[in-house]
Amino acid sequence: MKVQLIKRSQPSNWLALTSPFMALVLTMVAGAIMFALLGKNPATGLYTYFIQPLLDPWSRDQILVKATPLILIAIGLAICFRSGNWNIGAEGQYLIGGMVGATIPVLFNTWDTALVLPLMLIMGIAGGALYGAIPGLLKAKFNTNEILTSLMLVYVAQQFVDWLVRGPWRDPDGFGFPGTKSFNESAVLPALFATWDAHYGAVLAVVAAVIAWFVLSKTLKGFEISVLGQSERAGRFAGFSPAAMTVFAFCVSGGLAGLAGIAEVSGSVEKLDDKLSLGYGFSAIIVAFLGRLNPLGIIAAGIVLALTYIGGEAAQISMGLSDRAARVFQGLLLFFVLACDTLIHYRIQITGGSASAARKEGAG
Amino acid sequence: MEVWISILISVCAAATPLLIAATGELVVERSGVLNLGVEGMMIIGAVTAFSTAQVTGNPYLGALVAIIVASAFSLIFAFMTLTLVTNQVATGLALTILGLGLSGMIGQGFVGAPGIKMEALSIPLLSDLPVIGTLLFGQDLIFYASWALVFGVWWFLFKSKTGLKLRSVGDNHASAHALGLNVIGIRYCAVLFGGACAGLAGAHLSLVYVPQWVEGMTAGRGWIALALVVFASWRPGRLLIGAYLFGAVTIGQFHVQAQGLQIPAQFLASLPYLATIIVLVLIARNRRLTMINTPASLGKSFVPDR
Repeated sequence: MKVQLIKRSQPSNWLALTSPFMALVLTMVAGAIMFALLGKNPATGLYTYFIQPLLDPWSRDQILVKATPLILIAIGLAICFRSGNWNIGAEGQYLIGGMVGATIPVLFNTWDTALVLPLMLIMGIAGGALYGAIPGLLKAKFNTNEILTSLMLVYVAQQFVDWLVRGPWRDPDGFGFPGTKSFNESAVLPALFATWDAHYGAVLAVVAAVIAWFVLSKTLKGFEISVLGQSERAGRFAGFSPAAMTVFAFCVSGGLAGLAGIAEVSGSVEKLDDKLSLGYGFSAIIVAFLGRLNPLGIIAAGIVLALTYIGGEAAQISMGLSDRAARVFQGLLLFFVLACDTLIHYRIQITGGSASAARKEGAG
Repeated sequence: MEVWISILISVCAAATPLLIAATGELVVERSGVLNLGVEGMMIIGAVTAFSTAQVTGNPYLGALVAIIVASAFSLIFAFMTLTLVTNQVATGLALTILGLGLSGMIGQGFVGAPGIKMEALSIPLLSDLPVIGTLLFGQDLIFYASWALVFGVWWFLFKSKTGLKLRSVGDNHASAHALGLNVIGIRYCAVLFGGACAGLAGAHLSLVYVPQWVEGMTAGRGWIALALVVFASWRPGRLLIGAYLFGAVTIGQFHVQAQGLQIPAQFLASLPYLATIIVLVLIARNRRLTMINTPASLGKSFVPDR
């Protein structure tokens, strides 16, 4: 048996729309097989993962909390990936954004005005953007591999934030637990509704998605991003600078990751502690691809990924399933998304062994 | 003297997994494929080696199973990128994410279990030599294997006919195909070999270096191995320098801590990662060196026309 790809004369629009859904269905099938192998009822497993969290108001609230950073980061990554730059270090930019934004409530905790919150958000964006600019500048200036440098900076950021919350920034009244003092009310991003955990970060995520969609699809900058992403040479002929684009893309995606970080710190945890790094920066890569690098698609994709987190927690409690299963789901999802994307550009032809042997004979 | 020898032995232990994983990836990249899933394959190797050793009591069997399982795991990547021509960067990342998740699931029952260490295999007579005896001839089997691997790969790539074919596939897949070479087949073999190496590297971590199972214990070593391949500018001999340099940075960091210097542990722990960035910058600045050795088809998908 032989698998062969035959290029379509034109990418299939129909498949471009449906491929993320196909990937989702395939992931569920693979998940059902995994549940069966672990001796769990596949139907109950899938129900707990993908349906139950949507029915319960508390879970819906938590999905929104998790989807917020995922969507914000993934929008930035989509811009970066589209421009042909691989930012794998969003996790680090998210941490540094959260940390830089937290400097105001930590160092000036008596300052209690309406200015605090907007300033924190701006500093979070700036912190993430500057940290993201490092791999961007290194690539633009020295042609350094941005995948590796951006990833290495994640580990550096993790160590640095860990040092801060255990050392100089630790709350002296915190019984020795790592973490800063809880923020004042003026430094907390308010909840969407009185009893909810979901905060205004969710609104920021939707606004960011709409702006990014507009820029990408309706402006010259968006055109520049996609031209340089598809062919650097063509972009140069059009007068676009690949180096400037690299720095721009890394700053934008770093800034959005930083915004996600400070929104999480200020809206969700309400202090900076050692548990900020939850892998959102990596899961957001899956969100970006599941959303087909389209900011509006990313909103839906972010909710799907958040669902796997919450469903994973539910399955751990009610079925005794390892919470790592959620990570496995996410990995599988990315594989299926990429595989289904192939169908947009190629037809897959599976030929039997005898048929291909016969053709070989004919060719010879 | 005793102290220095024990330090050098721990440098070897830190360098060995990097060296093995990087050697495997070097072959993969020489064939024109960029597999960013080293971290994932490595941790799959670490967890299968540890769990097999726990169940059977035999660390050598553990290492063997790690090689086989990690190689099988890399087959997913090979099928995706070579048969379905998916994006290599994204697929490699998916492999890493899946590997980290799966290893966490497999290893959950083994957290905190006392490890089974692969004992040193002292070579009779030679290991009794003063100073270099224990350092060169009193180590574990995987250490010897890592040196044999580097020389084997060097010979294969630059002295054998098959190695020449593999390099030509990596340098220009269209011409290689036109010459009648089986581009996809050669790349499949290279990816599987890279998986096997990453598996052995992981086995070294959980059977020799740490002898324990800790979730996420690869801690970026797979990524450092990828950086080492760039550092070595795709030459196996230079991998030895790179891997031992990083081993020294990693171990030096612990000894600085032990000296009681007033440097926070977290700063020292980030040194290997910062060193990687600096090395990448220094190498990338030398464009001629990079241009000569970089496989020209690296990371590009190939669909044979008929």
